[in-house]
Amino acid sequence: MSIRERLSGNEAIATAMRQINPDVFAMFPITPSTEIPQYFAQYVADGKVDTEFICVESEHSSLSACLGAEAAGCRAVTATSSAGLSFMNEVLYVAASSRLPVVLAVACRALTGPININHDYSDSMAERDSGFIQIYAENNQEVYDNYLQAHRIAEHPDVRLPLMICEDGFITSHAIENIELEEDETVKNFVGEYHPENYLLKEENPLAVGPYGISAYYMEARVAQAHAMMNAKKVILDVAADFEKTFGRKYGLIEEYKMEDAEIAMVIMGSSAGTAKACVDMLRKNGVKAGLVKVRVFRPFPGEEIAKAIANCKAVAVMDKSEGFSACGGPLYAETCGACYNMKNRPLMVDIVFGLGGRDFTVDSAKTVFDRLANIAETGETGEIYTHMGQRER
Amino acid sequence: MEDMIEIRWHGRGGQGAKTASQLLADAAFMSGKYVQSFPEYGPERSGAPITAYNRISDERCPIHSNIYDPDYVAVVDETLLESVDVTAGLSEKGAIIINSSKDPEEFKPLLKGYAGRVCTIDARAISIAYLGKYFPNTPMLAAVVEVSGCVEKEQFLKDMESSYRHKFAKKPQLVEGNLQCLRAAMKEVRG
Amino acid sequence: MGLKAEEINEHIAWQDVTIGCEIYEAGTSRLTKTGEWRSKTPEWIREKCKQCLLCAPFCPDASIPVADGKRDEFDYEHCKGCGICIKACPFQAIRWKEEG
Repeated sequence: MSIRERLSGNEAIATAMRQINPDVFAMFPITPSTEIPQYFAQYVADGKVDTEFICVESEHSSLSACLGAEAAGCRAVTATSSAGLSFMNEVLYVAASSRLPVVLAVACRALTGPININHDYSDSMAERDSGFIQIYAENNQEVYDNYLQAHRIAEHPDVRLPLMICEDGFITSHAIENIELEEDETVKNFVGEYHPENYLLKEENPLAVGPYGISAYYMEARVAQAHAMMNAKKVILDVAADFEKTFGRKYGLIEEYKMEDAEIAMVIMGSSAGTAKACVDMLRKNGVKAGLVKVRVFRPFPGEEIAKAIANCKAVAVMDKSEGFSACGGPLYAETCGACYNMKNRPLMVDIVFGLGGRDFTVDSAKTVFDRLANIAETGETGEIYTHMGQRER
Repeated sequence: MEDMIEIRWHGRGGQGAKTASQLLADAAFMSGKYVQSFPEYGPERSGAPITAYNRISDERCPIHSNIYDPDYVAVVDETLLESVDVTAGLSEKGAIIINSSKDPEEFKPLLKGYAGRVCTIDARAISIAYLGKYFPNTPMLAAVVEVSGCVEKEQFLKDMESSYRHKFAKKPQLVEGNLQCLRAAMKEVRG
Repeated sequence: MGLKAEEINEHIAWQDVTIGCEIYEAGTSRLTKTGEWRSKTPEWIREKCKQCLLCAPFCPDASIPVADGKRDEFDYEHCKGCGICIKACPFQAIRWKEEG
């Protein structure tokens, strides 16, 4: 039986962590993720978990400590945001290439500058090539559910990759909403224990981790890592199917919202997808065939799935909540376009960079986007392809 | 969502506007509603104006933006009226509830022509009378429930009692004072 | 478990590279014949050696084998010719070999 509760996204993550009872939590605080180790420290103090809770001196160290623990055969977790994630950068790549399945909770926050504590995806998008799996959530329920699935995906022998559970800083991390929690025992049974085949402290065969790989090996190692990321797609879907069977809530790589007959659509991520859904409902009442595709999993990128979902649309807006400074569009747009390029019929597509540093995205903002798409669909002219939304202009 | 009630709280960092919005969410949650309670962070400084929000509805609300056209506004610190446009977007079918010992009529000229209901609650006097200290949140919460009707009143008092019994399990003498504080605030809200 | 260290070489396919390039056993540096990297060679002069054993712990490649409290001839399969042993020896019992 699910438990009806009301929690913030951060407390939902901390609750999932408590239920999973990881071996090691190496922590360093940064807004807006700080509450996660804060709640967890209370669980440690109250004896609700027997996790080794290590307070380290930086994010570079927190992830490094997690890698040491993972190499030793432990289940290790940490949490961070913004500059903290940037400071982990080097170690993220070590985690992924060493194939150590640490689970990292990220309360996504803007990167400097100007210095800002609010939400966008500058931090997580900057790490999209690090080799981490990235799963994004629309609200606290999804953060919790994603976290319950995280370890099984990351630790699967066909994958063995580290994984980021991304929530929207403040919007999700600090907002209290209703949530269905699951019983501790059911969660423990679903997630299972971690018994890697090989680990540093295995007596029968000690293990060497992270050797030097000269050119004669590097390419092969990277191809193997790339295949692990490809394998992750199936494993994410398998775990989601088992999650649905166990808990009744359905997840995929993407979520298609009213896309069956949609003529205009948004490709969007995170909490803004919820706000845009309210707009789609409103437009549908007025007979507008609007829909949206929410990208839940960004790594591995569900290119085929997105392409298929929007194939029959006339016009699509890709909503980028990070400015990639490529001068021709954000990362979600670039990858969505790439995924659609080989389709025979593809929709007209524009990129809209929005919501940077906590700039609010409202139902009215979504309406502006759909109005523009309706115009593109009607005239067949995209106008400027790469634009920003929500900024003051002269 | 026609059934949804949206509330905006104005306070100063450290005064508990965020906590008040969480308490209201708790009360609505206990009565079976779907809730949202979230703060808007500005300069993160004690004393700086802060805003917090509530959405209360019968179904889960997918919207995650701030609230620009609230049904109700609660002002935890009346000095904010000088610097913050507290009635911005406020529905004239709704109300503004101000923590003050003054009469609502005195505020009407300060509210930029807002024609809806203006209420005041002397949270300080009520809090000191029943709790012995100044905790503005308890009377503010009761006043917002009374004025907005966002939670059924009898149910609200029943839920709060069980919540206080849980919270003050080791100090049961505090339960009655808090409940009296809620009842008094619901009765004494003016306007 | 993946390939043993002795089976890993520059001809194996990416599918056979171990996960994260892990090596599933200890002491595998023995398999790399670092002696091939040597440009100068140390020479042990037995008659000058007092068997003080100061040289052995200084050797970074464990190429001075010790058994029953006595050192033996260099392991030239692994000695890289760094010359640290020559500096460590108080009795000039190790010197560079004259090449050619």
